[in-house]
Amino acid sequence: MTTEPILKVENLTIDVPMAQGTLHAVRGIDFELRRGETLCIVGESGSGKSLTSLALMGLLPKKMRCKAAGLDFSGIDLQRQTPKAMRALRGDRMAMIFQEPMTSLNPAYTIGDQLMEALLLHRPVSKAEARARAIELLGKVGITAAESRLGQYPHQLSGGLRQRVMIAMALMCEPELIIADEPTTALDVTIQAQILRLLADLQREMNMAMILVTHDLGVVARIADKVVVMYAGEVVENGSAREIFENPRHPYTRGLLRCIPVPGKTKPGEHLGSIPGIVPSLIGKVEGCAFRSRCEVAEDACSSPVPVRRPGTDHAYRCIHDIPEGASA
Amino acid sequence: MSDKTTPPVLELANVTKTYQVKQGLFSAPRPLHALGGVSLRIHKKDVLGLVGESGCGKSTLAKVLLGLEVPTSGKVLVDGKEITPRERKLQARRIQPIFQDPYSSLNPRKSIEDIIALPLVAHRIGDAASRAGSVRRMLDLVGLPQRVLKGYPNQLSGGQRQRVAIARALVMNPEIVICDEPTSALDVSVQSQILNLLGDLREELGLTYLFISHNLAVVEHLATRVAVMYLGRVVEEAPAAELFAGPRHPYTQALLESVLTPDPNLSVPDTHLGASYPNPIAPPPGCHFHPRCAQVRDICKTTPPPHVAGPQGHVDCHLHAAPAR
Repeated sequence: MTTEPILKVENLTIDVPMAQGTLHAVRGIDFELRRGETLCIVGESGSGKSLTSLALMGLLPKKMRCKAAGLDFSGIDLQRQTPKAMRALRGDRMAMIFQEPMTSLNPAYTIGDQLMEALLLHRPVSKAEARARAIELLGKVGITAAESRLGQYPHQLSGGLRQRVMIAMALMCEPELIIADEPTTALDVTIQAQILRLLADLQREMNMAMILVTHDLGVVARIADKVVVMYAGEVVENGSAREIFENPRHPYTRGLLRCIPVPGKTKPGEHLGSIPGIVPSLIGKVEGCAFRSRCEVAEDACSSPVPVRRPGTDHAYRCIHDIPEGASA
Repeated sequence: MSDKTTPPVLELANVTKTYQVKQGLFSAPRPLHALGGVSLRIHKKDVLGLVGESGCGKSTLAKVLLGLEVPTSGKVLVDGKEITPRERKLQARRIQPIFQDPYSSLNPRKSIEDIIALPLVAHRIGDAASRAGSVRRMLDLVGLPQRVLKGYPNQLSGGQRQRVAIARALVMNPEIVICDEPTSALDVSVQSQILNLLGDLREELGLTYLFISHNLAVVEHLATRVAVMYLGRVVEEAPAAELFAGPRHPYTQALLESVLTPDPNLSVPDTHLGASYPNPIAPPPGCHFHPRCAQVRDICKTTPPPHVAGPQGHVDCHLHAAPAR
């Protein structure tokens, strides 16, 4: 992995003005991604993971304020792009797959029209060429009788098929970066496995960089090269998938891993681990470790700024404690 | 666990539910067999995990049990006594639901106290004072502080709302609780708290659960028995440990293969379930599962599978028919 990162995010913050004050939804996160890599952003609702992916795509609502020391996509400073330039990038060099295929496909257009639109907008191709490409990609995402599907409307397809269409649409222009926000959450387990396999295969084949936003640790373990664990708008742990799952260090990551039943490991009926308490409010000034109110090993020092331990290595975490490998929190 | 000598607390005997579906403005309605003859027995303190893909009839089954849908044919028996549509109120006293989404299952304009007391009011049980007492006891039981009583659902977190929904289900002292995806709308850290609570309550109150979920890891964790549904039929039913250790039906095998355990050494499994879920209005002939089955044989395409009963459960599959392979 000596190649230059295709995506570099440095100190990204997103503030949301609210009636009660400013909500600090994302508070200074960094990560980078190379071609061919899959990065999973894990976190619970309100951790800022979806806003982060919207910020990368330039799709944040106008009232939200987004700042970063660096937001660089293959040499392009995303913060300095005009809305028009961002539109040219989106769907062409970077593409997004959303959670709910029913709400992100336009019900009034056939899937053929919607697929071809992506190519016709960004490339100087004829309608016939766009149509051929649409058929090719529908075949690639495992849709049979692709040609006859082009004239169908989204409501005529099942959830799994719709999500395949969404993936085909995102891939029309062979993007360098693909961001998938909970792409399988609305689907059945059997379809989930198929869609994830498909994404992983296509990513390898097209040598794309992929960001997968999810709360499902099973998905993360199976598909990620790198993992970013977010809590309350901060990256609390960041490293290779193997490191995160085999040697989780941050008390939050460890807590999360204890919360899910693992067949063969957790005894049936036994109490699962849990993380008491709730996510703190991010309105107003947030100081110190945001997890300290729910943390078993919290102490007074946690309310002051928390250093990142082992920064720049393949496994960094943000905690006041220097937690050794494998020690239980 | 399940004591075979006592009658099951809940029994479904060959229950079918058929909807008439209109596909076009002028076309004649066609039958959709949401339940195609389901027989299940749930014993006291059992947790029957019901799994299957969307559209397989899990939720229709839950509605029939709750008395929200009248079965087209077949019987629902509680403690060996048949429940007829007229006895719906009686049914509702003994069987209570917990729904998936605590954001939409609680009335936003009612206080928490009113929400939990509503079943008592609807069934005219007790007076205001005794109801208030019951509500307070329920809050303790589900681990909510008394101060939320006068609050409204929007002041609570998702986990707290689901606790309110559980309190509302338990205020009637039901014997059977139908949990329809009770944790899938919740965050991971909250999900485990609710699962622990459900497990504790079962021990404490001797409850019986029908636990509907698509999360097989959760079902394996909580269930004592598991029924696998496909297109309106229970294709395999067995004690949980047995089913997870040795799934017999090819569909169960595929379902188990698609479980993503958090192991970074494994990649995403190939389930071999090629074709997509069939249209329930025009189910495939023979075994409904045959177009997706990896072990399909000729007979599967024409003849419905036999019901192969074992000592502990059953499987509907040609592969397990009498003279074994």
